[in-house]
Amino acid sequence: MSVFIAKRVLTLIATLIGASMVIFLVMEILPGDPALVILGVDASDEAVRALTKELGLDRPPVERYWSWITGLLQGELGNSYAYKVPIWELIEGAMLITLPLAVMSIALSIVLALVIGLYAAANHNKAGDVTLMGISQLGISIPNFWLAILLIILFAIELRWLPAGGFPGWDEGILVCLKALLLPSLALATVVGAILARITRSSVLEVFREDYVRTARAKGLSQRATLWRHVLRNALIPVLTVTGIQFSALLTGTVVVENVFHIPGLGSLVLKAINNRDTIVVENVILLLATMVITVNFIVDILYAVVDPRLKAHDI
Amino acid sequence: MSDTRSLSFLSRCRRSRSFMVGGIMTAFLLVCAAISLFWTPGSAYDITIANRFLPPSADHWLGTDRFGRDIASMLMTGTQNSIVVAVVAVSIGLSMGVSLGLLAAARRGWTEEIIMRLSDFSFAFPAILSAIMLTAIFGPGGVNSILAIGLYNIPVFARLTRGSANAIWAREFVMAARASGKGRLRITFEHILPNILSIIIVQATILFAIAILAEAALSYLGLGTQPPEPSWGRMLNEAQTLMFLDPMQAVYPGLAIATAVFGLNLLGDGLRDILDPRLSRKR
Amino acid sequence: MSLLNVKNLSVILATNDGPARAVRDLSFSLNKGETLGIVGESGCGKSMAALALMGLLPELSETRGEILLDEENLLDKTEAEMCRIRGNRLAMVFQEPMTSLNPVHTVGNQIMEPLQLHLGLSESAAREEALHLMDRVGIPNPEARIDNYPHQLSGGQRQRVMIAIALSCKPDVLIADEPTTALDVTIQDQILELIQNLVQEDGMALILISHDLGVISENTDNILVMYGGAAVEKGGTEQIFNELVHPYTQGLFAAMPKLGRARTMRLVTIPGTVPDLINLPAGCTFTDRCPIATDICRNTPPPLEEIEPRHAVACHHLQEARSRKTEELFS
Repeated sequence: MSVFIAKRVLTLIATLIGASMVIFLVMEILPGDPALVILGVDASDEAVRALTKELGLDRPPVERYWSWITGLLQGELGNSYAYKVPIWELIEGAMLITLPLAVMSIALSIVLALVIGLYAAANHNKAGDVTLMGISQLGISIPNFWLAILLIILFAIELRWLPAGGFPGWDEGILVCLKALLLPSLALATVVGAILARITRSSVLEVFREDYVRTARAKGLSQRATLWRHVLRNALIPVLTVTGIQFSALLTGTVVVENVFHIPGLGSLVLKAINNRDTIVVENVILLLATMVITVNFIVDILYAVVDPRLKAHDI
Repeated sequence: MSDTRSLSFLSRCRRSRSFMVGGIMTAFLLVCAAISLFWTPGSAYDITIANRFLPPSADHWLGTDRFGRDIASMLMTGTQNSIVVAVVAVSIGLSMGVSLGLLAAARRGWTEEIIMRLSDFSFAFPAILSAIMLTAIFGPGGVNSILAIGLYNIPVFARLTRGSANAIWAREFVMAARASGKGRLRITFEHILPNILSIIIVQATILFAIAILAEAALSYLGLGTQPPEPSWGRMLNEAQTLMFLDPMQAVYPGLAIATAVFGLNLLGDGLRDILDPRLSRKR
Repeated sequence: MSLLNVKNLSVILATNDGPARAVRDLSFSLNKGETLGIVGESGCGKSMAALALMGLLPELSETRGEILLDEENLLDKTEAEMCRIRGNRLAMVFQEPMTSLNPVHTVGNQIMEPLQLHLGLSESAAREEALHLMDRVGIPNPEARIDNYPHQLSGGQRQRVMIAIALSCKPDVLIADEPTTALDVTIQDQILELIQNLVQEDGMALILISHDLGVISENTDNILVMYGGAAVEKGGTEQIFNELVHPYTQGLFAAMPKLGRARTMRLVTIPGTVPDLINLPAGCTFTDRCPIATDICRNTPPPLEEIEPRHAVACHHLQEARSRKTEELFS
């Protein structure tokens, strides 16, 4: 088990290094001189050269990559070109919104998926199953940002139950903040939850046809006990995989949905940074998002082995 | 022989409800796009401020937006945009991804390892993230969003192709072909590709739907299709500012996206049932 | 009074192409300590009959007739009552040891499960008993094996685990459905012998299901030959091997590879395939493959008639069938 985890950690680190290199290279070939962007097109050559030196952009790329990474590890990311404030401050504030939003959404979608998926599987081919699967098929097809808009129209404009957008800040109290995040997480969770519900259902049904389920029934276990003790754990293996994959969809979904609700998370930050040509912020936010995706997939890999003992033995 | 086969194929198509409904919805989409090429009920481009916010009428089926453009016409013309983006993006992913996947399965060893590690790695950059990076470099625009979605599709196809191709490579008839001295390239095209084609087609249908979603999201963010070209995502963006004034404007484009994606998803499900009965057969 | 008495058991499965009559009018009885062999080709309904006894048929199916275990009809029992009987008084060993164990639980836990469920043993007592059972079914070094996962065991060992699970609560009747088919030939005999010994030690009744007449002949007291969902011949094992009456039984026997037969001789097969259970012929189901069939066979189902005490055969042409000589069978 420890060898397994060690291997996974090595892969994780290698992937993170690779991701940072790709981002750095992409930003490197980016046309447009940041110094020029900051100073405006009318700036004198002299001023541009001076700022370039000040920002350290005249150093060779390898050196700059190295100082970026070492700075990253120390939490020293430099200043935003546009706002002249430390990037870390910008990112920290945004992350404290995006991360809870993402966690809330994935938790909501997992709950949704298990309830719907298990109910549908238990009522295979009956009216409830068919209806729920029809709805989930619809749920998959709805763009999350449209759903977000519809939710705003319904709950904020028509019913006036929840705020239409914005984020009060954590100082204002947790409840108000959770309320502000409720609609966005609902918009995100519906799509992911629908996908996961379908996977859960088909996976449970598939496992129910396995020989070992027949063995369990032959032992005298009831349908319900069989479901909990023998079906669920096996059925969750594919659900777990898809959850990992869906997390990245959910994270990029937050980028879009945050913009619908005008929530100052990472998504809003990165879009603003693009519009301001604040490349250094873009670079760091994208690396952060990629890191989150990679980390979640790492966690899924580990969980995978916890759920399925066969993997520990056969892992490469 | 081939007659009875095609007959049973058709009858299977007819028996699959998903395929029929999805097919009809997709066909409707294509027809809308085709008609909009030479006719729309109003104008999707003309800005006539005097006509802004007209309610639905015989002239303007779904009313007009804040610039006086005809919403129904914009939706129809937007179909073209969605289809073009999706077709090109999926084609990029399909051609590159399938080739890489086939290569990985045929060569194994280091080639496979490199291709698969690279595709693993690209999973860290989902469609919208890579699109954001690309737009940060080249600026927002339709072509860039197509490129970004296409790039995202490559590893998806590569993984699927390699996985299914490896399974076929292990089959007896491929062993027989290899024993008879056929080259890897020839076996790939004679045996491997035809056998995994159905899986690829199903995947392409589903990615087609995802591409439409992704394009809409990018356009919504202002990173995709640029005005005045009508696009569903962009329409949603514009409608959002008018939510309090005219909420229905935010409903139509979303409905169009959902219909397109729903139809394609159904079509994909139906195709899977028809092309690969093993996957859907119930005991 | 017999322990298990099955009367006119019929199973109808709902399929996409219509109802399939998987088992028709099957009757047999089984006493304590007795072994019954059910033999037939795959698809003859023998596994379905076994699942019907356990009450584990697929959801969309119908079971008719009576299954009397100690005079109580199992078909009248509720699902909760059946759960108390399954694994406790009626147990089953399945054909596929590779897939019949849950991959995510240790074998120990899987053996302990029925012990805790039916006998109410505590965790530690169940573990103790599981170790004992593993030892009894011949798994070497149970202490080390009990915490293994199924994938760490060989096929033969997994089947031993399955047997341990089935025997854990000392059932009245053990049903073994092709218990050795998926195993290596060398292990087949060991497993059969193991089942035989354990059944005798505990004095339980055994239903051994196989397509292999050889396996059946060595291990049973009585035989039931099934074809197309129904019994075509039944009787004492010795009776049947003394005189194979039904043309199908004769065919099965002839198709058995034997030591000592001249190598030039081809293995005999029964021509044709098993009948379609959805569109069963009106008369005898074996008509199309039978060498002595006539028009009456096509139209009228033959009754099961006793030709000597306890030996019954369902054939219209008993006379002709009985006069066929062994040599003819191989022509």
